[in-house]
Amino acid sequence: MDDLIADFVAECREMLEALGGEIVAWEAQPDDRSRLDSIFRFVHTVKGNCGFFEFPRLEALSHAAEDALADVRAGRRHPDGGMVSAVLAIIDRIGEMVSAIEAGEDMPAGDDSALIAALEPGAEGVSVPVVTAAADGTRASAAPRTIRLSVELLDRVMSTVSDMVLARNELARRLRESETDVPVDGAFERLSSIIAEMRDAITRTRMQRIENLFVGLPRMIRDLSAELGKQVLVDIEGGDVELDREMIEMIRDPLTHIIRNAVDHGIEKPADRLKAGKREIGVLSVSARQSGNQILIDIHDDGRGIDGKKLVEKAIASGIVPKDEAAQLSPRDQLALIFEAGLSTANEVTAISGRGVGMDVVRSNIERIGGIVEVDSKLGEGTRMTLRVPLTLTIIPALTVSIAGQHFAIPRSAIEEIVRANGESVTLEHLGGAGVATIRGRRVPEVSLASILDLDSEMEEQDRTLIVLRPAGGDLYALSVDRIHDHEELVVKPAAPAVMATGLYAGTTLADDGSPILLFDPAGIAEVGGVKLEAQERTARIAEGPAASISKAAPVLLFRGLDGGRRALRLAVVDRIEEVSSSCIKEAAGQLRVQVGEAILPLAGTGGAVLGDGKVRLFRLNDGAHEIGYAFAEVIDFATIENDVIHSDRPAEVSGVSLINGEPAELVDAHWLFANHVGAATRRTEQRVCLIPDWDPWMENMLRPLVEAAGYRVVDNADEEEADVVIASVGEELPEDASDKTIWLRAEPEPKGKKDESIYRYDRAGLLMALKSAGAGRGK
Amino acid sequence: MNELLLVVTIAGERVALPAAAVESVVELDALTPVPRAAPHVAGLSAQRSRVLTVIDCMRSLELGDTDCSDGIREAAVVELGGHHYALIVDLVEDVIEARSDPLPVRAAMGAGWEWVSQGMVETDDGPLLLVDVAALIAGVNESKAA
Repeated sequence: MDDLIADFVAECREMLEALGGEIVAWEAQPDDRSRLDSIFRFVHTVKGNCGFFEFPRLEALSHAAEDALADVRAGRRHPDGGMVSAVLAIIDRIGEMVSAIEAGEDMPAGDDSALIAALEPGAEGVSVPVVTAAADGTRASAAPRTIRLSVELLDRVMSTVSDMVLARNELARRLRESETDVPVDGAFERLSSIIAEMRDAITRTRMQRIENLFVGLPRMIRDLSAELGKQVLVDIEGGDVELDREMIEMIRDPLTHIIRNAVDHGIEKPADRLKAGKREIGVLSVSARQSGNQILIDIHDDGRGIDGKKLVEKAIASGIVPKDEAAQLSPRDQLALIFEAGLSTANEVTAISGRGVGMDVVRSNIERIGGIVEVDSKLGEGTRMTLRVPLTLTIIPALTVSIAGQHFAIPRSAIEEIVRANGESVTLEHLGGAGVATIRGRRVPEVSLASILDLDSEMEEQDRTLIVLRPAGGDLYALSVDRIHDHEELVVKPAAPAVMATGLYAGTTLADDGSPILLFDPAGIAEVGGVKLEAQERTARIAEGPAASISKAAPVLLFRGLDGGRRALRLAVVDRIEEVSSSCIKEAAGQLRVQVGEAILPLAGTGGAVLGDGKVRLFRLNDGAHEIGYAFAEVIDFATIENDVIHSDRPAEVSGVSLINGEPAELVDAHWLFANHVGAATRRTEQRVCLIPDWDPWMENMLRPLVEAAGYRVVDNADEEEADVVIASVGEELPEDASDKTIWLRAEPEPKGKKDESIYRYDRAGLLMALKSAGAGRGK
Repeated sequence: MNELLLVVTIAGERVALPAAAVESVVELDALTPVPRAAPHVAGLSAQRSRVLTVIDCMRSLELGDTDCSDGIREAAVVELGGHHYALIVDLVEDVIEARSDPLPVRAAMGAGWEWVSQGMVETDDGPLLLVDVAALIAGVNESKAA
């Protein structure tokens, strides 16, 4: 019997959840038969089951609702506001009773006769203003094939899969360490891809359509606007966006709060709206969309907007902002004041909102899950609130750093920028023992990770790296660490209470090498480090406010070229930095080329300088399709172009000069580089011919595809064509005219002597290089 | 009443842990220290892709430090509140059967032992102190504070 009741309760719950939106939609379009039917079906089901389970009150309620709805279905009655409210009230009561049954409690006390009486035609009952729902009209009514699973089970599966991923990583590490057979590697690869697929699938099971969050909104807004005597049209979009189930629960309260605010303070009463020249009915639109690994939820109303000046006055009155500072606040900062504790825009406190405990809580709740709240408002036109939240809580992009040899991770979402303590735009000072870093004119408190953790770092203070962090709900501070390692996506697990008690950590995770890593909580570090996080934020912002608004700074990489020139290259085109031995750089195919790994790239930036022996460092530049190398001597710093650029007269490698960090620097024109170095290579579209005289299976099966991939047409002796290049095995006889453009292949890895210019047949890179240069010879 | 007990040695004393609470016995090698954590948290260790919080039982009992410098230590893995802990002990001996329910120890024990004691159990090896795993994990310091 208990099982049956549990099933009944679960079924009721599901139907109740789905109904919330239906009823309001039905009220807006009383003729919509399908909605009426689904409501009817619900009360009918409840009635049927109650009889069986002996819940007389439930039965009476559902029976009364069924009768009234049956009349509507039969066309004997037209649903008016009063009736809809009465049906809603009954459905609510049914919901309460179902919860009570589920909890095994007694039925909530109360008399149902009033509710039933309200159903009678012409019953008194306040005629409620109608809310029109513009929700998606074509909601699929057919339920997908589903089964019901307990959340605990799903969580267990999820955590097992996480463990599996970690176990796979460990296995991968062990395999790397030991010699393995190709079949073993193959099997492991297959296992890896299956696990990745499984992880995706299981992550999706934790995902829920955000609809679950939205489905209750029309009803809530309807009740709210009825209470306040307002008219609101709800427009909901993007219900099919999926979000981690836990995350949905985390944003439920903040979202509700924002919507209540919008209806209460944002949207005006119908009469006021008419006076302001707007339509009587206010529009509240709620939309969700996915952008990268974030979900954006927009709540937009066309109400009266937020009066920034009023906010400032209030803030001054309540002492949140000093008067002199208040005058300098930008409109955006003025609006941001609504997130300050103890400030409310409402003149009077209503039951619904306006007690001044709200937006600050909203912000801190959203920030706690790594999200952001933004506000934008035009007085008289409306307000837009945007919530940005990450997709999931369990996998966090993080930066790994080390201090005194121990590794830690920092959530990337909190990182504002990374600078070197001895960089040009950074100075470190000590005031009464406290560290203060000045980064591009902005002073931020500096915290040494070594001293917070009581670890001894051997690194001098000025050699460390500063990570500028903005913890949730707090202000910037700089954390000095010894070294920065890598960006990683970490599967984070909660740490044991004894570890969490330190207040420094947000969880633990396993690195690729299988060792545990602690993930920092940036707010916790600030707290332990004694950084005062309040109020400062605004002052810091005021100080740099105007500058920030005009600089459309482009980030550049400042470096010293091989000839000692100070140059800058836009950061976006730099893929990475490589170090190669100078013997990898050769004049080939009409220009300098460098061999990096298996790739041969055109090389720029040498400026005719003689490359000594040893290592050459180069940027690998990428335009999306091609890569080129750019040699340099040393990286100076990351910087931004803030001053005017004096352009050069004609297109060349250097497109202009600008003051960067107080000194002139030449701006390298990446477009010119690609146009001249890559363009030259791709201009030759004419197909070159490669002669392979000695036909054997190796040549046919192994060599030929490689040569063809390099852009050659392969011929043999029988074709009697003039070849651009000939490939032959050492010791073969050749037509005389081909001898100077022949690539000789040898079977042994080691050359026979100093003069032996042949290439080992499996030296892929060498072979490709030779093909490239041979092909270029004809172009000249 | 035949509860199984895992006999271990902590600070030279033979004591019993409820075997049901112990998932496995492992040998720990590398520990990742947790700076600023309570002193009895010796660090973190990974075992089969799980993170274990390593508890130094000597320090939890305020009986001194376990010397971890010689590398490999034996530890009993237990689960508490969804987290896995490795309790460093001097030696893991054997699993034996309890011959009695825990009885109060009326003699005065050292302060640390007093905190973690669940009573005395009779075994074929004579009486053993039954140790409360949760108290061991919380550490004497924490219990005092609470």
